[in-house]
Parts: sequence; structure tokens; C-alpha cells
Amino acid sequence: MKLFRRGRDTTAASAADRRRAFTELALLILAILITLSAYTLVNLAQSPQLPAGLLAYGGVLAALAAAAHIVVRRLAPGADPLLLPIGFLLNGIGLAMVNRIDFAVRTREGALQLAPLQTIWTIVGIALFCGTILFLRDHTILDRYRYIIGLVAVVALVTPLLPVIGTDFGRGSRIWIRVPGGFSLQPGEFAKLGLVIFFASYLAEKRALLSAATSRLGPLHVPPARAFGPVGLAWIVSLAVLVFERDLGLSLLIFSIFVAMLYMATGRIAYVAAGGLLFASGALAAWSQFSHVQTRVAIWLDPFADAQDTGFQLVQSLFALGTGGVAGVGWGQGNPELIPDVPTDFIFAALGEELGLLGTTAILLLYFLIAGRGFTIALRAPDDFSRLLAAGLTFVFSLQVFVIVGGVTRLIPLTGITLPFMSQGGSSLLANYILIALLVMISAARPAADASGVSGNLARVGK
Amino acid sequence: MTRSIRRTAWVSFLLFGLLFLNLNWLQVIRADDLANDSSNRRQLLAEYDIRRGAITAGTGADQVTIAASRETDDQLRFLREYEQGPAYAHITGFHSFIFGRTQVESQYNDFLQGSAPETLFRNLGDALRGRERQGDTIVTTVEPAVQQAAIDALRGQTGAVVALDPRSGDVLAMVSAPTYDPNLLSSHDPGPIRDAWESLNADPLNPLLNRSISELYAPGSTFKVITAAASLERGGRPSDTYADPTLLDLPLTTAQIGNFSRGRPCNDGTSITLQRALEVSCNTTFGIIALELGADALVQTAESFGLNSDLDFDVPTETSRIPKELDEPSTAQSAIGQRDVRVTPLQMALVAAAIGNDGIMMRPRLVSEVQDFAGRVVRQYPPQRQTIAGVATGQTVSPQTAAGLTQMMTAVVENGTGQNAAIPGVPVAGKTGTAEQGEGEAPDTWFIGFAPADNPVVAVAVVVEGGGDAGESGTGGGVSAPIARTVLEAALGVQ
Repeated sequence: MKLFRRGRDTTAASAADRRRAFTELALLILAILITLSAYTLVNLAQSPQLPAGLLAYGGVLAALAAAAHIVVRRLAPGADPLLLPIGFLLNGIGLAMVNRIDFAVRTREGALQLAPLQTIWTIVGIALFCGTILFLRDHTILDRYRYIIGLVAVVALVTPLLPVIGTDFGRGSRIWIRVPGGFSLQPGEFAKLGLVIFFASYLAEKRALLSAATSRLGPLHVPPARAFGPVGLAWIVSLAVLVFERDLGLSLLIFSIFVAMLYMATGRIAYVAAGGLLFASGALAAWSQFSHVQTRVAIWLDPFADAQDTGFQLVQSLFALGTGGVAGVGWGQGNPELIPDVPTDFIFAALGEELGLLGTTAILLLYFLIAGRGFTIALRAPDDFSRLLAAGLTFVFSLQVFVIVGGVTRLIPLTGITLPFMSQGGSSLLANYILIALLVMISAARPAADASGVSGNLARVGK
Repeated sequence: MTRSIRRTAWVSFLLFGLLFLNLNWLQVIRADDLANDSSNRRQLLAEYDIRRGAITAGTGADQVTIAASRETDDQLRFLREYEQGPAYAHITGFHSFIFGRTQVESQYNDFLQGSAPETLFRNLGDALRGRERQGDTIVTTVEPAVQQAAIDALRGQTGAVVALDPRSGDVLAMVSAPTYDPNLLSSHDPGPIRDAWESLNADPLNPLLNRSISELYAPGSTFKVITAAASLERGGRPSDTYADPTLLDLPLTTAQIGNFSRGRPCNDGTSITLQRALEVSCNTTFGIIALELGADALVQTAESFGLNSDLDFDVPTETSRIPKELDEPSTAQSAIGQRDVRVTPLQMALVAAAIGNDGIMMRPRLVSEVQDFAGRVVRQYPPQRQTIAGVATGQTVSPQTAAGLTQMMTAVVENGTGQNAAIPGVPVAGKTGTAEQGEGEAPDTWFIGFAPADNPVVAVAVVVEGGGDAGESGTGGGVSAPIARTVLEAALGVQ
């Protein structure tokens, strides 16, 4: 495949590739400079000297960026030059903010330092980014292992329910597993990726079948139930597990990604309608059955009704955003420690206080850019699997941003999920670096031949 | 598939649009409401993150710090401390994150917080240099020795003392008793603050009340100074003689005004001079004088001393008052400081000070200047004449009237009811008052005065509620005059 491409148009391709390489490198340097400025500002707010480890810190960032850049340019030449720098920049801003929150919490009670750990996760994240590209080489390999990946994803989702290794850390959602060495992971973050891969692969193959209405259910034309089997099973198991784990955010994400990918694969709006109907009834059922869902909705409708207790967190978040106003109170000048869970679920509110609307808009734009690039990659991808995979990954990424930012800004009820690349915590960061790596690989992929993936898949359907 | 992916992309772009709109709603339109919400602690934390300026009293070697901030490890970084405890509570007020601020802490908050317009450029410079913002120091005019003398003299009794420098209006002492410890309300611990607040409010003696400026009292016989002034302003002289009846029948009623020693005339039963009437505080004579002068003259003179107008002072005060429309019986009763005439101790101190200062009333001044952390003057408040009823001259009565009043008031201390205020070697001018509170209730006792009478440097007003330690037998001369003397001595530096 690659030999063919090179043979076909070596000079033009390499000129474009060089341009992309330069763009990526320049953007990475810019991302490092912004990150170092953020790091410096945060530290200057604490003491008037420049942070001691500034050079070392810049060195580490530069080494990480260089490694990722070289891997991308060597193994996926022509890859989208924006994804890695934007992810890296969001990661850098997130690191600075976690560092800043450490200061706030330390002055108050000398609590655990999260920034050093998050720096380690960043290194592991970049390593995983490189590793994904290095070892996978060609993302279409994933297509072949779809059932294994799907199964692993479901198993990963179940693990927090297991005794001993699973835990809820006393926070209501049982979504963590303990890893020897004092670490913990949220397998759901990785399972999410696995499910998207599984859905993409399965739906790419079965999409013709699922588009065709062959049987009737009363007045409705429905596809054969058999075709739904594996995806439906994976989906239902995932949701069931999440209901037990009380993870509303991930439930919502997995439900939506399933419906969205079904729609994208088949183009049938009926799936969206049915999904919407199911969501509405499911939400209603959950609301009537679970007190924690009722609480969430009540807080959303009027967080100030119980501002000192259940609504406290959201009210503090809104106060932070309002206090920030347009220009923000300045990095290091706010009070992020007033918001419970600020380094994880509410890091966006802390950024909103200190960087203001200008900062939050810039951050939103960065996410928006990733979404835009992701969908463009999907539209240009050479085969159905790649398209669906890219679109699915981009959609789950965008939706996750929407759900958590919408939650902390009271646009929608709050569900505790992470803000990609920014929230403190390893699992989310690693999973998002893998997500970006997959998008990078898809963006570098070229059509295998004139015969497009569509016909190939149709051929498979015909079997 | 292209179409459905494109549509999905648009849906997620729409979601980003919603986030953006919502953020604008929160951070632009609702921003101020959220930022200033009373339960948003950020403002508070920011405020406590700045070293609040000190409040000082006295000058030179005698200067004491009466309020200062100390750095702590609490979430609220700086703690407000009042080293002198309750002694200056009614001047400084308190600085509480639950109950807000009062008195100087409240009125000069912008300076104390370092956020007054005057300090804008300095703050910018500090920010650029990475220096922490610091509040400015409020320098009060209070003289610690006078303040302490007033506190000691009042001890155990309920009332107020105000001492002024008649020449500048400087408040040398402003004491209200009982008092409270502002440290209790300014701590960082909400529980104890609320407990202290509740018990202070439940206290029937209301220690939070600043009696020197926020309580209105019947002035009793001290008001005769104003009645006498009304007479002198209209051509009367201290040597003018009036009838000396045992009782004065009030027109239109069956009521009568009697003298302090009921059933006795003040002099010989036939005639008495104005000066002698003031010396012995003769009720019947002053009733007669008021009826002769008429209500308008009495009200006008009272208003020229600042009654019925809001006082221009550093902290808010109650407005002293006399009814504008007085019928004849009320005129006679008002002339001796009863009925509906109500004054603050500060007001009566100003009356005494104006008389001592050739009739010119200075604006009472509690704060003389504001200094930054390095002692540089940020703002000065030079002495000013008090604006009375829109007139800026501060001229209450003519210098001749003031001289006549001074002469008569000096006689009060030398030969009359005010002898307990006499200081050996220093001529003291004064007037006593014993304000009846009704049958069976102990009177509020008053003394107003100034010294030295010929060239006063201090004027004072003392009120003691319920006759103080003397109870029902308390009189202005017996209870308040000795307190006034102690305060005057402290201000004059004589022991």
C-alpha cells in the first residue's frame, strides 16, 4: 500500500508532507512556549522568582514533543499536523492548572501533590501515543480483531465491579480499579475507545444490511434482528454495567456513540429517532428509580435551592465562572480550592475563573479545532472502517467535552466525566492520547486502490 | 455515509456553539451577579488577602495602634486585631466577615483596603514590582490619654463622653459605656462570632450602641445654654433680671414648671439675673425667658447650633432635634431641655466647643489624615468649619454672645451647680443638666463645658444614664461634672 503511494506521486506527496511536518513542529514549539508561560505565571503568583525547574521542565516538554513529532513524521507522513500540537497544548494548560490547584490546596491543608503525578502521566501518555503509532503501524489491523477488542472493552467495563481491585474511592461511582504501585485506573476511559473501534468495524461491515429494511415490526420496517446482535449486546452490557457503577457520564457517552455511529453508518435517521425515544424513556426511568439521578436533575434545575449542600459544587463552579468574567482574575489569583473535585471534574470552572471568557473560549476553540479536524479526517478517510472510526472517535471526544463543560456551566445536568487532556488523572489522559494517535494514523492513510473501501465492504456484505 | 458524517459533524459543532453561548451568558451577562453573590466567598478571600491598614490614635511618642492586621495560616489570611480591646471599639468599630463593618472600619474601608482612587497608581506600581498590595493607615485625632481618662471616669456606669478641641474640631475622646471587644466579632471563626453577636445583642445595656453619636437624650438643663444664647442674641445681657417665682404656670394648661428644689425660688423669690439663673439652673426663670422670646427664637437658635440638621462627621450620627412648631407650654419646657428636645452627646460637645471658640463651630474631625505603609500622607483632612443649615461659616452665635455665655458658664463652675468640674488654677466653663425621665425613674445626668474658659483647648460633653452610681439622687453636678473634670484635666495635661 505504502509502496504504491510513494511510487505514484513521490515529489508532490513529500512536498506536502514537509509542509505538514513544518506546521506540526512550529505548532508544537508554540504549544511548549504557551505551556511554559502558563507554568511560569502560575508559579509567579506564588513567589516572585521564576520557577526553579523551568528549563528542565521545558526540556522534558521539548523531548516529549520531539519524540512524538518524529514518530508521526516517520511512520505517518502526511498526517494531520494540528491534532498532536493541540492535544499537547491542552495537556500543557491542564498541567499548569493542576500545578496551580496544588498551590491553592497546599496553602490550605498541605494535601497530596497532583502535578508531579500528572507530569508522569503526561510522559506515559506521549509514550502511549508513540507506541500506538509504532506498534499498530496500520490502524486497519484493528478491524480484524473487532470481537476481541469488543470483548476486552466490555470486560474492562466490568472490572471496577469486581471485589478487591474495583473501588469507588467513596465517591459514589464505582469506576476505578487499583493497580499495584498505588495507582488507579478508570478502565471505562479505555473501554470507550474499544467500543468505538468495535462499533466502527462491525457497522462498517453490516451497514448495508442495517440500512435495508427487510422485516416488519407492526407498521415499522426494521432491519433483521440478527444484524443487531453483537453491537446490541455490547451496548446493552455496557449500559447495564454503567448503571451498576453509577457512572452517568460514561453511560450517556456510550449510548450516544452507539446511536450516532449507527446513524453515520446507515444514514437512517430512524435510528436517531428510536435512540432519542429510548434515551428519553431510559432517562425518565432512571430519574424515577434512582435518587442520585433525581438529585442531579434537581441541582440542574435550581442549584441555588440547596447551595450549601447538594448544589454546593455547581454553585461554586458558577461563582468561579462569574467571578472570572470576561478577562479572568488572572492565573494564580483565583480560588479554585473552593470548588470540590476541582482538578478532575471541575478544572474547566477553575480555568474560567482565572482566565475568564477569553480563556474558556480559547480552550473551547482548541477542542472545536480537534473536532473539525477529526470530522474532516473521517470524510477523507479511504475506507468505511476508517471513516466510521475517525467519525466515532471525534464524536465521542466532542460529546465528552460538551457533557462535562455543559455540566459545569449548568447547560445540562452534571455528570462526572473528565475534560479531555485537562482533567487531572491518568486514564483519561492516556486514552485521549491513544484517541489522537488513532486519528493521526487515519489522517495519514491513503486509499488502497481505485476500488474504494465501499465496494470492498459491499463485497463482504454480499458474502 | 459522507452525508450522515457531515450531519453528525454539524451536530457536534452546534453543541460547541451552545457551550460558547452559555459561557457568554455566564461570564458576561450574569458575571456580576455571580461574582457579587453574598455566598460567593471569593470577594471575601480576596479582601482578607490584603494586609488591611492600621488605625492609630495620638501623635508622636503617644501614638498607639488601635487596629491592625496580623498574618495567619487560615484560609482568611489576615486577622484584624484590636490590641486595646474594648477601649476604642466605638471608634474603630469592628471588621467581621459575617456582620460586615462599622464606624471607621466601614467609613474608611477603601483606604484600609488599599483600594481608594488616590492609591490607584501606587497599586499599579506595586503590582508591576511584584509587591503585595497593602492597606493605608488611618490616623485618628483621638488622644489616648484623654480617651483613657474618659473610660476610667465612666467605668461601671452607662453613658458617653465626647471631648473635642474647639479650635480644630478634633475628637480627643469618644467613649460609650458599656463597650464590647471588637476582637470577638472580627475573628475568623464563625461559631464564636455568632455567639458573641447574639449575646451582645441580647444584652439589655446594648454595648454595641455608640451612645456618643447614635443615641438621643433629653439634654436637660444643659439646653439652658442655648436658651440663654437665644436671649443674648436678641439683646439680652447676663445682668438682665427676671422674676423668680416658685412655680411657673404654663399657659393653656394646668401644668407647672417647678425648680429643682421643688417649692423654693431660685434666688430671693422676687428677682434673679440671667447669670444667676444659669448658675443655679433655674427652671422657672428659663421658662419665663423662653415665653418672652417665643418659640421661633428658641428653635432658630437651637438650629444655629446644628439641631435639626445632619451633622457632617466622619461616621454617621443621629440628628439632634427640637420640634419646629412649639406651643407655649412646649416652648417653656423645651427651654429647659425637656419635652421633645433630643440631642446626642457629640452635639452638646459641639455646642460647648462653639461657645468656647467665639461662636464658631468647627466640623468634628475624627480622622486627620491617611498614610501609606511608609508613612507618606495619602490624604489629609484639614480642620473645617461646620456647615450649619447650608451656611459654611460655622458661626453659631455672635462672638459677643459667645463671650457672654462663657462668662456665665464660668460662673456656673465657680459659684453654681458645676463646682465639681472646677480645676484649681484653670478657669472652667460649664453647665450641668439633670434630665428627668419620668416619675420614679432615675434621671440622665449631663455636663458640658470647656477649659481654659478664656482660651479653650478642650470641650467636653458627658452623659450618664440613670444617674450612674448615684441612681435616683444623681445630678449633673454630682455625677457628670467630676467625670468632665477628669477628662478636661487629662486633655489639659494637669493632674
